[in-house]
Amino acid sequence: MTYMSTRSNFDNNLKELKDLLLKMASKAETAIKESMLALVNQDLEKAQQVIDGDNEIDDLEYEINDMALLLIARESPVATDLRKISAALKVSSEVERFADIAVNIAKSALHIGKEKHFKEIIDIPKMMEMALEMVSESISAYYAEDITLAKKCAEKDDEVDKMFGSLVQELMSYIPQNPNATNQIIQLAFVCRFIERIADHSTNIAEDVVYLVTGNRVNLND
Amino acid sequence: MSNITLTRQVFDINNLNLWYGDHHALKDINFPINKKEVTAIIGPSGCGKSTFIKTLNLMINMVPNVKMTGEINFNGQNILSDKLDLVELRKNVGMVFQKGNPFPQSIYDNVAYGPRIHGMKRKVHLDEVVTKSLMDVALWDEVKDRLHTPALGLSGGQQQRLCIARALATKPDVLLMDEPTSALDPISTLKIEELILELKEKYTIVIVTHNMQQASRVSDKTAFFLMGELIELDSTSTIFSNPADERTEGYITGRFG
Repeated sequence: MTYMSTRSNFDNNLKELKDLLLKMASKAETAIKESMLALVNQDLEKAQQVIDGDNEIDDLEYEINDMALLLIARESPVATDLRKISAALKVSSEVERFADIAVNIAKSALHIGKEKHFKEIIDIPKMMEMALEMVSESISAYYAEDITLAKKCAEKDDEVDKMFGSLVQELMSYIPQNPNATNQIIQLAFVCRFIERIADHSTNIAEDVVYLVTGNRVNLND
Repeated sequence: MSNITLTRQVFDINNLNLWYGDHHALKDINFPINKKEVTAIIGPSGCGKSTFIKTLNLMINMVPNVKMTGEINFNGQNILSDKLDLVELRKNVGMVFQKGNPFPQSIYDNVAYGPRIHGMKRKVHLDEVVTKSLMDVALWDEVKDRLHTPALGLSGGQQQRLCIARALATKPDVLLMDEPTSALDPISTLKIEELILELKEKYTIVIVTHNMQQASRVSDKTAFFLMGELIELDSTSTIFSNPADERTEGYITGRFG
């Protein structure tokens, strides 16, 4: 059905809200990638930049929240319109968590500092690659309101969980032979946990997308 | 259908069709209305919502050339086919309109009008009904010192509440409201809405409204009419959060209609 453009201004505002969220997500994604590079390359300056850059992402979240609340107050949205605004609020809070996780990884990089890695870091970036795919798919699914992509994203969560389990076990097994690297190993185990959380937040976004499009709540985390 | 469901219904409308001359204004309407619920009817101008509400107390028969088929069962009696006492029906199914329309009489006489027609004569009884009805619509405190002054001296919002009191004075089961706040200021509107929420403890209310926020605030069920058809009838929360029909969605989100 084609509708008369009775609410083109509101439609533009909804689009702006979405674009703002895309901008925020892209900054958060970059922060995650930078934090990983900082960790692997022991680039402490980069780690500090990620930590300092978090304010900017927080500000974007406030901006999205303010705009969403203003639209609720001004437009009295219902049905799909209301779900779009609700999704923007929920997704922006997940994206804010992405950025916080990037900060956590950067902090781990700082904790390890310049202390030589007890072993070359290979698997953690692989796990991160998978989690980043989920980030990118969840955000694309939100932007395109694409349920198929949302579900595809959520399916990867199990794999990330498995990698998390085996990586942490592996890391712990190194401690007896490398007692001096205990701090480093614990930090790396934390990083694995952070990455696993990135996948969880992506899955949450995928669920928000299904609700946004269909109005039905689903648990894609089973 | 279980008996429990049946006893909850005050109206059960089946395959109702209505024509104004050649114009088919209501098409195959099936519409149960539950006791002590507020049912809101929404839809664009000319969709049949006012026509529909006027069939419920047969006010529609005042329009020339109206023809109806189907059933409107009110408390088990089909008001379209059975021998029917119209006065009794309208005593049980009261109605208020867009703008308060008090009679050019005193406040007291407006409320006492219905009970008097139905044979209530003793002042003590009439006083009781008038007091109670005015209290029910939260008008008592505002008018108790001037009950015998002209009703037309009241403000628009007060006049509308007086008309609701007048409708309540005959102790109806159902109260029909045809855009009861469209001529009122925002505060008077909110007072009427609060009143609706209080009245539903005792009465079944059917309200036609152009104000969708109003429908979402006061009603339990919402019905969307379009071009004489009942497109969707569901719980108000479903209609306003996730309607099944895309025409309902288009209308409530303000994209057509």
